[in-house]
Amino acid sequence: MCISRYSKGLLAALLLLLLLSATACRQHKGPATAADGLPEVVDYNFHIRPILSDKCFACHGPDANKRKAGLRLDIADSAYKVLQETPGAHALVPGNPALSEVFRRISSTDTAVRMPPPSANMPLSAHDIALIEKWIKQGAKYKPHWAFVPPVKAPLPDVPDQSWCRNEIDRFVLHKMDSYGLSPNPVADPQRLLKRLCLDLTGLPPSIPLMDRFLADTSAAGYERMVDTLLAQPAYGEKMAVHWMDLARYADSHGYQDDNYRSMWPWRDWVIHAFNENLSYDRFVTWQLAGDLLPDHTREQLLATGFNRNHKITEEGGVIDEEYRVEYVTDRTNTFGKALLGVTIECAHCHDHKYDPFSQKEYYELYAFFNNVKEVGLESLVGGPETYAKKPFMEISKEDLHDVLKFINKQDTNKLIVSVMGDRDTVRKTYVLNRGNYDAPTLEVYPATPKAILPFDNKQYPSNRLGLAQWLFSPKNPLAARVFVNSMWQEVFGRGIVKTAGDFGMQGELPSHPELLDWLAVDFMEHGWNIKRLMKQIVMSATYRQSSAITGDKLGTDPENIYLSRGPRFRLPAELVRDLVLESSGLLVHKIGGPSVKPYQPPGLWEMATSGRGQLATYRQDHNESLYRRGLYTFIKRTVPPPVLMIFDGSNRDQCEVKRLTTNTPLQALVMMNDPQVLEAARVLAARLLETPGAENERLRKAFRLIICRQPEEKEMALLTAYYHDQQQTFAKAPAKAEKILSVGEYPLPQNISKPALAAMMQVVTMVYNLEEAITKT
Amino acid sequence: MKEFLEHGLNMNRRRFLSRLSLGLGSVALGSLLIPDLFGGGSDAAESAFIPGMPQFAPKAKRVIYLFQNGAPSQLESFDYKPRLREMLGQELPASVRMGQRLTGMSSGQASFPLVGSFYDFKQYGAAGAWVSDLFPHTAKVVDDICIIRSMFTEAINHDPALTFFQTGAQQGNRPSMGAWLSYGLGSENKNLPAFCVLLSRGKGNGQGVYSKLWSNGFLPSIHQGVQFSSGENPVLYLNDPGGMSKTDRRKMLDKLAEMNQLSYQEFGDPEINTRIQQYEMAYRMQTAVPEITDLSKEPDNIIRLYGPDCLVPGTYAANCLLARKLSENGVRFVQLYHQGWDQHGNLPQEMAGQARDVDQASAALITDLKQRGLLDETLVIWGGEFGRTNYCQGKMVKDNYGRDHHPRCFSVWMAGGGVKPGLVYGETDELGYNITRNPVHVHDFHATILHLMGLNHEQLTYKHLGRRYRLTDVAGTVVKDILA
Repeated sequence: MCISRYSKGLLAALLLLLLLSATACRQHKGPATAADGLPEVVDYNFHIRPILSDKCFACHGPDANKRKAGLRLDIADSAYKVLQETPGAHALVPGNPALSEVFRRISSTDTAVRMPPPSANMPLSAHDIALIEKWIKQGAKYKPHWAFVPPVKAPLPDVPDQSWCRNEIDRFVLHKMDSYGLSPNPVADPQRLLKRLCLDLTGLPPSIPLMDRFLADTSAAGYERMVDTLLAQPAYGEKMAVHWMDLARYADSHGYQDDNYRSMWPWRDWVIHAFNENLSYDRFVTWQLAGDLLPDHTREQLLATGFNRNHKITEEGGVIDEEYRVEYVTDRTNTFGKALLGVTIECAHCHDHKYDPFSQKEYYELYAFFNNVKEVGLESLVGGPETYAKKPFMEISKEDLHDVLKFINKQDTNKLIVSVMGDRDTVRKTYVLNRGNYDAPTLEVYPATPKAILPFDNKQYPSNRLGLAQWLFSPKNPLAARVFVNSMWQEVFGRGIVKTAGDFGMQGELPSHPELLDWLAVDFMEHGWNIKRLMKQIVMSATYRQSSAITGDKLGTDPENIYLSRGPRFRLPAELVRDLVLESSGLLVHKIGGPSVKPYQPPGLWEMATSGRGQLATYRQDHNESLYRRGLYTFIKRTVPPPVLMIFDGSNRDQCEVKRLTTNTPLQALVMMNDPQVLEAARVLAARLLETPGAENERLRKAFRLIICRQPEEKEMALLTAYYHDQQQTFAKAPAKAEKILSVGEYPLPQNISKPALAAMMQVVTMVYNLEEAITKT
Repeated sequence: MKEFLEHGLNMNRRRFLSRLSLGLGSVALGSLLIPDLFGGGSDAAESAFIPGMPQFAPKAKRVIYLFQNGAPSQLESFDYKPRLREMLGQELPASVRMGQRLTGMSSGQASFPLVGSFYDFKQYGAAGAWVSDLFPHTAKVVDDICIIRSMFTEAINHDPALTFFQTGAQQGNRPSMGAWLSYGLGSENKNLPAFCVLLSRGKGNGQGVYSKLWSNGFLPSIHQGVQFSSGENPVLYLNDPGGMSKTDRRKMLDKLAEMNQLSYQEFGDPEINTRIQQYEMAYRMQTAVPEITDLSKEPDNIIRLYGPDCLVPGTYAANCLLARKLSENGVRFVQLYHQGWDQHGNLPQEMAGQARDVDQASAALITDLKQRGLLDETLVIWGGEFGRTNYCQGKMVKDNYGRDHHPRCFSVWMAGGGVKPGLVYGETDELGYNITRNPVHVHDFHATILHLMGLNHEQLTYKHLGRRYRLTDVAGTVVKDILA
């Protein structure tokens, strides 16, 4: 056949479209579906707004400057009004699609009339059009955007099987499952459940004694005791901090061109401490936003404000100072929006938001809260210790370390400074910046918050960051609790109840379980924003404890596990991959905090990409204990982040991130096969196994248990044993090969050990590390 | 069907497999290597753009981007300004500067004395293109390249300017151009990444590079640029540990697959099968990559063409040769960075060194691709992140001076892949300060590259946090004049 590559592509495109349209109808199956394949009652928030927002609001939405024909479809009154450009006609006539210009235009076959215009390349599907028609017939009723209405606790739904439910979460989940014709998986086997629980609460795999203890007591009370034990471990704070570091764009360098060292790690130690002390979420965030403005604030509260100084800071000679100062304020504003409010407020930086009701003016009103810091754009060029933090900063004194800041793990007596927040005495004026440009100020604005979320009452709150924090934690604030509860849900289940954890706005995904999200959010507030309680609530649920096996046709009906009829199963994040390898081999150093460490890294990465200035021009790898710290403590140089972190989907800390992708790539396979850290751990564990008296199969079993966290099945034991024997023969024949393969890592080799035997065991352990299940939460 | 699958669909595997109701048998296993199936993402069905295939007949299939990091001076390379020599030492007229903002490095200068090129220029080729004496080899291939003298950008500092060129935005962790093309077109070779990065460094004043320049941004990490080198470790973590033979590795992978298969039987999670396949691809990379990155088997005439440096790992010349090999083997986007072009001072000497590093090998790449019949389908780009001022920064003596950053005009060249050869495009004023004809903005430049690759820059989008992002943000026009 003589078809060019290109026309084959076209053919393929057609094929694809055919396939997709053939399967499209399956997507919309759900509860309360009428004969026409549409919902009985068409809901604005759940059915119509997603279409209008995605396909119409860019030209007929909140952005006044881009609005076409003077038509706004995001507000009912405006959509019902007589059209500016077509007198006598109305965009929407409730109850009458035929008279509604919207319906006429979206259903027209005339390309000159049709909306969205063909040039926009965003056609509506037949299903979308039918939905809009039915919505108009039913009265074209608008509703406020769900996420901007304060959550309320809905009554717990009735479910077919009360006995399955362990707490309120399960009532909502089971109800939803039932409406989709799904039923829950059986409870996971205790070994896998324990691994899941340990990874979720401490980020570390269970030790063998812990496994034995758990298996010996599988009662309901035993499970709860285990949960409490894990929540009380210091490793809990470290695990919780991993996500917060992404969100707070924490790094150990300033970023930008020269990217020299910064000393923000005491702030990171505080985060771990705060999680372990179970500081309530409202205080945890208030201190970070405005610890410096609290009356009689403590040193600890001041340190917490480092949160807002984690952004990149330039040391590039020749920059225009104000351009960068504005950049820092922008970063804080955007971080506040994304991390704490779950909205893409950053889109209103240059113009009114295209989808959400945030004007550009409102952006700068929010920006005004962060615009009064005693800072400059370029404070210093690359230099010595005095440049490791930028003004305003605090110096951690010896008294601090003995007093309120005991949790800071400082080993030396060098001066230690940390950037923190501090406002000017006189208020710096804030202006709307035209197109977001630092040198184009227009209208003067004053601190306020987006009215669509909750207007800022400046009689109730001071017009500063402390007031902003109080506003955030007002019971009327619709977002703060929902966003945090959702992000913790995402940590555990891999997918938030709102899938777009950073976007609760019009373009964000709708919650899969809206009543559950609201119930959890309100419950969280009612119980004092208690984070440990929330984590416990989630892991105590029957929903959480299900087996993650994909049984029956669940892959077909719910491939993404949106309706939670099975337990979570996904690959560990980068930091936890490292933790698992180190902990299971016995190499992990259980020390909390301290300056970030530089473990093994392929040579030349920093050297090939540096301006040559600063102490980070060359990578000076650490030794001894510092090689075996948790992934959380790996040094992050922003312009060249640790390669393994990047390969396993970590954040480069350029800006606030609230969600990581989970990919599955060949480079990840190469890391597990050849990273000296994995190989060294395999060697060390192999040596420990050989040094412990016991039978061969006991050793293999132990290796498997330490890494996979369960007993191997018979078939697995047979494969392990066969591979071990094969490797024993291979190395017995070639002792020189054994010598080579063992020469990895700095951890000493035991004396008097048979090298061929050790190499053979090391290969088995390496293989176990490479099992899919090893670095997967199962 | 295989072709269709290999083009990839940017859908979550689990959803994909269930939607198509395919078993997890042979078809699925073969198809799981599709790069664009590696992660979740925006819905492919929503627009005419389908990740993994061009929208119209592409002129170029692959790109090699020779990035000159630090910003080489256009006034000593391709933008000939004899008037500047005549006006040596005279003040830059305010009527020319028109209040243009300056960097903090020279904004405090009491005066802005004009300075002409220390190096002479001559005309070459059918179009009579002016090229300075620093680039004798490039001068010989001017009939194959298109020199654009009217590029301009918005940033005046290295970090934002580089980031702008590579990602279409000065701030904000967006995907790099190579990542966009990997997402847009996928890979042509299933044993190699679609986007490869090669670094080198000259002796001139350098500013470093940043891995965010080859970041996948919000795209799945499979689209991340993968650093390559011609040394002993061509790709991170590629080499098996000493003492482990290919047979040993195979044996381990076979056992691993068997055990993972048991796990699949228990859990039925397609991710497990994907993992098995990723190990197979890693294994194939272990064979394919060293073969490609081994430059020692290149024939003498090729070594002579690129110059002896091409046998020294990590040099620009070696990277050019390696770029040809990667490109020839189907790598969609090869990104080179040569550092050291930031001549704030000591320009005549430093720039000569930098030009010596890159001139012969850049020209050789054009010649080499041409003789292999690959130039027509390979787009080669040469240029930096901004230009340099026509006035002297710092102290000026007769044979020594420096130039500050200048975003308002600079020169780049493009060759092959549907670009009009032998063209000199755009003009600047007689003092080389402002553009007088055919300005090309960075967004236009990106739009043009995507166009040559068969993609409409307004339709190559990815939805992230509610917004459809583009490489060209919200602007950009294809520069039709330079299309062949």
